Amino acid sequence: MSEPSPNSPAPAEDAEFEPRPGRVRKPIGWSTIIIAALVAVSAALVWRRDGTDGVLDILTHDLSLFGGILPRVLAGCLLGAFISEILPHEKVSRSLGPKSGLKGLLIGTAFGAILPGGPFTAYPVASALLAVGADFGATIAMVVSWTLIGYGRAVAWEIPIMGTDFTLWRIVISLPLPVLAGALGRFVYVRLYPKRDSDEDAA
Amino acid sequence: MSAALLIDILLWGSVFGVGLIAFRRGPPVFKASLREGSMDFINIVPRIALGVIGSGYIAAIIPQEVISGWLGPDSGWLGVATAVVAGAATPGGPVIGFSIGTVALKSGGGVPQVVAYVVAWALFAFQRVILWEIPFMPARFVWFRCAVSVPFPFVAAAIAMVIGKP
Repeated sequence: MSEPSPNSPAPAEDAEFEPRPGRVRKPIGWSTIIIAALVAVSAALVWRRDGTDGVLDILTHDLSLFGGILPRVLAGCLLGAFISEILPHEKVSRSLGPKSGLKGLLIGTAFGAILPGGPFTAYPVASALLAVGADFGATIAMVVSWTLIGYGRAVAWEIPIMGTDFTLWRIVISLPLPVLAGALGRFVYVRLYPKRDSDEDAA
Repeated sequence: MSAALLIDILLWGSVFGVGLIAFRRGPPVFKASLREGSMDFINIVPRIALGVIGSGYIAAIIPQEVISGWLGPDSGWLGVATAVVAGAATPGGPVIGFSIGTVALKSGGGVPQVVAYVVAWALFAFQRVILWEIPFMPARFVWFRCAVSVPFPFVAAAIAMVIGKP
């Protein structure tokens, strides 16, 4: 299914060839270690301040939060897996690849804006897009669009807490940002890694 | 109907939609992606568990007043820069981020500063980056995206200064 295709015709010399970002599948990495250390230190501080009860209160609250999030994480992983399976590579690299121009950035932005769910959907799907041929620019546009103009967090959290006026106004201000971020990303990327990836592939 | 329920329905609806498309490509395609997705899920759960269950402790020890204080009354571009750092440094989930923004607005924080804070929080709150983005995406992409995103809270604050309050 997801055989890496090292000799698939790179549509553009500068197409970055992520070695098929082996979606997730990383062993426990340094980011986990940092979080674990932060959590351990924080929990110890809470314990010193509030005693065992304080620690247990937070634990039960967060456990129920975790239970609620779990099915959504599964949904996000499945969404990412299906999307990377059904999207045709050539088409994606044409409409979202390095040569896709402004249109690619706009497609990425639109995609991020309509994507349902939270980080548990956005990142697996973004990772799937990278895997099937989107470039960093279009993927950045998608991630930034999801976080800034996506409706999921706005409806669930921002409107109830910050109010409708502020939220809508903030979203209007944010409208140009995903395309600009994607364009900047693309601009920097080709200068930072000129053909670097194809070299790696050849090696 | 609550917003959360609506979003869940949309989410699972999309999963079934793309699942159906995969199924029509043939059961092997469907099964392969089902297995791939489930493996991703199993691999990611320990990290999510650690982050979600642990985030309450991180949020509990960082006093929110300190962060909202940084967004203080109209403080110009220095205030915007402080707001960006505060947004990146805010632990916990959306409730904490947006509550801090609201407190700052109510206690006389400048509007462009609060916009910069909310946008910076959305773009690179450290906890979301470490807990969600790095596990799911290639690390090289994540750092690149964060670096490229740095100017945009400032751009948002500039737009807010030009077009005025909500």
